Amino acid sequence: MSDTNDTSIVLDHVSKSFGERQVLQDITFSVARREAVCILGRSGTGKSVTLKLMIALIKPEAGHIWIEGDDITQLNEQGLSRVRRKMGFLFQNAALFDFLTLYDNLAVPLRRLTQKSKQEIEETIDRALHRVGLSGDREKMPNELSGGMKKRAGLARALVLEPEILLVDEPNSGLDCITASEIDDLLLEQKRHTTMIIVSHDVHGARRICDRFAVLDRGRLAAIGTPEELEHHENVTVRRLVTET
Amino acid sequence: MTSPLETIGSVALFALRVIRDAFHAPFELFYLWQEIADQGWRSLPLIVSSGLAMGMVMTLHTRNELIKFGASASIPQVQALSFFVEIGPLVAALLLAGRVGAAMGASLAEMRATEQIDAIEALSIDSFKLLVVPRVAACFLALPLLTTFMDFCGVLSGFLSEHFLSHISLQLYVSRAFRGVEWSNFIPPTLKTAVFGFIIGTVSCFFGYTTDEGAEGVRKAATSSVVVSSLLIILADVILVKIIFVMFPQSAL
Repeated sequence: MSDTNDTSIVLDHVSKSFGERQVLQDITFSVARREAVCILGRSGTGKSVTLKLMIALIKPEAGHIWIEGDDITQLNEQGLSRVRRKMGFLFQNAALFDFLTLYDNLAVPLRRLTQKSKQEIEETIDRALHRVGLSGDREKMPNELSGGMKKRAGLARALVLEPEILLVDEPNSGLDCITASEIDDLLLEQKRHTTMIIVSHDVHGARRICDRFAVLDRGRLAAIGTPEELEHHENVTVRRLVTET
Repeated sequence: MTSPLETIGSVALFALRVIRDAFHAPFELFYLWQEIADQGWRSLPLIVSSGLAMGMVMTLHTRNELIKFGASASIPQVQALSFFVEIGPLVAALLLAGRVGAAMGASLAEMRATEQIDAIEALSIDSFKLLVVPRVAACFLALPLLTTFMDFCGVLSGFLSEHFLSHISLQLYVSRAFRGVEWSNFIPPTLKTAVFGFIIGTVSCFFGYTTDEGAEGVRKAATSSVVVSSLLIILADVILVKIIFVMFPQSAL
């Protein structure tokens, strides 16, 4: 399967298992450029695995994954590196490098993957931290940050290379409703520039940001569509996941 | 469940990858320097205090026997040779395996469990080159230096205890200590610790970097790093001593 000019991500009959446990089975869907899709599902249905497959942190047993026209299941390390540069990933627990300051967390990709001067790197990081409201915390270590600050710092790091695709794993987990709403605001602002895949249990927040929902049920894609379409879906799990707030 | 043979094969491949990647750009000099500071500089108090204590104990154990055989003049030489040839290199390596090996294994395992290694890969950065190669290289470079400190501290504390017991002067102690000591008694045994450092770094990084068992993996990585690297150091010592004797026959005591 190849992509059209408007398609950013294509999953084509993707299956993944860990040992005996089949996590994903025959998943097929595509995401258009600048579209935001939320992956919903009960715990353990393979939502985070889907994100990790999209950035090739794990490989599928079957199927193909196309990112901006490249089949990442067929690429070597160099090719994967090229594709990953188009992508940003906000991990569930932010996954900040605990041996580096907040500033250095953002500086690592800029120093390694761009030709920017020291001055330009400094300006880029200052802009990124200002955007997420962490300007005054640049010299702090990750263990000095609260959960919400870590999430915002993780988002700043994911966006520092201005990716075309942003993958977000549980942006609101463990956060109070005000901080969660602030993270959603940042994602909403980013939506204008980026294709987004968000894994979330927060349907209320997801409805604000996402154009479509993809619902996974027991490793299979149970439904994909707009929230309004899925509210009346025949599958009761889909209906409950989409309507419960 | 991985068999011991599979683990040995995996460690060997891991070691080969370390060697290959160490000679390919980009060279992580900033992180290498950070690791040398962490592993070398911060291990120094442990090495110095252990060297001083062991030097004193060594003198207390040997001097009575040597005096009994009328060889009291050989006390400084026995002290120096024991430390240069075996005690300094082996004890410094085992101490580093305990302090740094456990920390490296645990910290990499924790980075794996908290998705930090995935985050590095997601940023299209080679996590192996960034995290593993500088750690192993730092162990390789730092251990010979730490061994030299341990040797010096062992001889120094030998002098202090002998001076306290027999009032020997520093000049006389030093001249007796280095009488009959060849460069081959000092240089090859000190350089062999670079191999010990490589073993500590590689084994510890292997158990930390390749774990996928979450918090339990952190505990296992810390334990396995110390146990396996200590065992391999002792086994490697047997082989390296034999090689040194073949290459430098004059170093055989």
